[in-house]
Amino acid sequence: MSAIIQVKNLVKDFREIKAVDDLSFEVPEGLVYGFLGQNGAGKSTTIRMLLTLVKPTDGEIRIFGADLKKNRKEILRHVGAIIERPDLYKYLSGIENLRIFATMSGVRVTKKKLMDELDRVGLADRASSKVKTYSQGMKQRLGIATALIHDPKLIILDEPTNGLDPLGIADIRNLILHLSKDLHKTVFISSHLLSEMELIADAMLIIDKGKKVVEGNAHELFDPAKTMVQLKTTDDAAAYGKLETSELKNVLHEKRNDSIILKLHRDEIPALIKKLVQMDIGLISFDSRHSLEDYFFSLTTGQQHVESFKH
Amino acid sequence: MWSLLNIELLKIFRRPRTYIAFGAIAAIVFLVQLALKFDGKSYVDLLLGNLNGSFEFPDEFKHKLLNGYLICFIILTALLIQMPLLVALIAGDSIAGEANMGTLRLSLTKPVSRTEYLMLKFLASVIYTIILLTWMALLALFGSMLIFGTNDMVVLRSTGIDQIPASDVLWRYLAAFGYAAVALTTVAALAFLLSVFAENSIGPIIATMSIVVVFTILSEMNISFYDDTIKPWLFTTHMVAWKGFFYVKATEDGVTIPGSIANLPAILKSLVILFGYIATFVFAAVWVFRKKDILS
Repeated sequence: MSAIIQVKNLVKDFREIKAVDDLSFEVPEGLVYGFLGQNGAGKSTTIRMLLTLVKPTDGEIRIFGADLKKNRKEILRHVGAIIERPDLYKYLSGIENLRIFATMSGVRVTKKKLMDELDRVGLADRASSKVKTYSQGMKQRLGIATALIHDPKLIILDEPTNGLDPLGIADIRNLILHLSKDLHKTVFISSHLLSEMELIADAMLIIDKGKKVVEGNAHELFDPAKTMVQLKTTDDAAAYGKLETSELKNVLHEKRNDSIILKLHRDEIPALIKKLVQMDIGLISFDSRHSLEDYFFSLTTGQQHVESFKH
Repeated sequence: MWSLLNIELLKIFRRPRTYIAFGAIAAIVFLVQLALKFDGKSYVDLLLGNLNGSFEFPDEFKHKLLNGYLICFIILTALLIQMPLLVALIAGDSIAGEANMGTLRLSLTKPVSRTEYLMLKFLASVIYTIILLTWMALLALFGSMLIFGTNDMVVLRSTGIDQIPASDVLWRYLAAFGYAAVALTTVAALAFLLSVFAENSIGPIIATMSIVVVFTILSEMNISFYDDTIKPWLFTTHMVAWKGFFYVKATEDGVTIPGSIANLPAILKSLVILFGYIATFVFAAVWVFRKKDILS
C-alpha cells in the first residue's frame, strides 16, 4: 500500500514554543488515519502545515509522492479539507458558498452538480437559505460538501465533530466511513477523542507536545489482550495483598495511589469479577478500558502512566 | 482567473454593508444639490468674495456661474475627502474580514497561489472603487447637469479665475474622475496592505483613515524646509491634483485656450507618484502575505 502522505522530521517553532518537534509518519492510501492528541499537542499546526497554511521551520512533507512546497497547487487540487469550524460566508446561501469553493478548487460546476452535492449532505431543501440561518450541524455538512465538491483523493479533517450533538457526530462518522469504504478515499482526521477514532480509524498516530508517542494500526493498538481494569476497594493495601498471593497475580499490573490496575484479555473480565467476589474484596468501583485509552487518558490529564501502555 | 474575480466581486456586492457607501454618496450629493438649489447665490457671493475688491460681477454672471459643472466641482471637492473612508471600508476588510470570518484558512487550502489570491482581492477592491466613483459621477455630474443645467464653468484659483467654455468641460471631468480613481486606488492599496496584518477589519479601516487624515494635514502645512523635502512625496499631496484638469492656459489677452491644461507635467508627475505608492503597497502586501502563517 503506497503512502499518500509522507512526513519526515517535521518541526514548527513559534518563537520560543516548539509546536511540532521532529515528527515523522506515513499515511497509507485508502485508510482512515486518526491523528490524536490532547488540545495543544500540535495536531492543528501539523494539519495546517499539510495544507500550506503554516510554513514548517524544518522537515519535509510529500503528498501523492510529490514535494508539497514545490507542487502546492497541483497537490491541493486533489485535497479536500475542513480545519476546525466550518466557517463559511454567512451572508451567502449554501449553494453560493458551494459554488465559491468549487470554483476555487478549479472545477466548473453546473447547478445540478451543486444540488446533487447538497443533496448528498442533506441540504438540498435549504440550498437557497443564507448560511447564517443554518444550525451548527448543517454548517458542518455544508463544510464537508465544500471539501468534497472537487472529488479529492485525500480528505483532511481537523476535529470535524467539534461542537456537534450526538446525532451530528454519528452523521459525520457515517460519512467518513462511506468516503473510505465505498469511495476509497484516504481520510486524515484529527481528534482529541480516542473513543471516536476507535470507531472509524484503520490506523492512528498519537502525538504529545508535538512529538509522536504511539503509532500503529487499529487492530494492534486496540488489541483486546491489552485491557486495563481499575479497581477501587475499601482497603487497597489489603486487596493488593490478597491479589498478590492469588492466581490473579499474573494479571496484576500496578498499584496506584487510589486504585489497583490489572491488565488482561477483555474476554477474561467476567471470570475476574466472579473471582473478586469469591475473594471477598470490598469493591467500590470497577472500571475497564483499553490500555491505549488508559494511556491517552494519562496524556490528557497530565498523569504519568505512559508505562502502562508501553508494557 | 475571470471566474475567481467574479467570486470576489460576488462576495463584495452581496454584502449589505457595501451599499452603505453608495447610500452615503447619494445622500451627500443630494444634500449639496438641495442646498445650492435654494441658497446658491449666497455660496457664489462667498466664492467670489475674495475677488470683489478688484472685480465687479453682474448678477447675470453670478446666475450663469451656478450651473451643473460648478456644482459637480463643489461636490467633488467635498466628497473626495470622505471617499477614502468608503474605499477603506471594503479594501481594509478584504483580507482581515476573511480572517475574521474564518474563511481565509479554507480559501488558502484551495489550489490558488497566495499571490494570485491577493491580486484578485486587490483587483476586486479596485473595481469596487471605480464603480463607487462612477456612481458618484452619475449623481454629481449628470444629476447636477439635469438639475442646474450647463454653462461655462468658472474655477477659482489663488491667482484669479479660469473660465472654461461649456463645450470644453466634459472631457476634463472624465480625466478628473480617472485621476480620482488612481488616487482612491492608492488609499485602497494602503488599506489592503494593512488588512494583511490584521484579523479584524476595524483595525485596518481606522489605521487607513488615521494615516490619510494625518498625511492630509501634513500636506496642507506650509513650512519652507518641509515643503521641498517631505511634502512633495506624501501621497495625500498628490491626491488633489485632479483639480489641475480645470486650470487652463490663456492667451496674452486673457482668453482661455480650449483643450489646454495649465500644468500637465505636474499632473503626470503626481500620477507617477501615486502609481509608485500603489505598486509599493501591493508589493509589500504580497511579500508579507506569502510569508504569513495563517492561524486564524
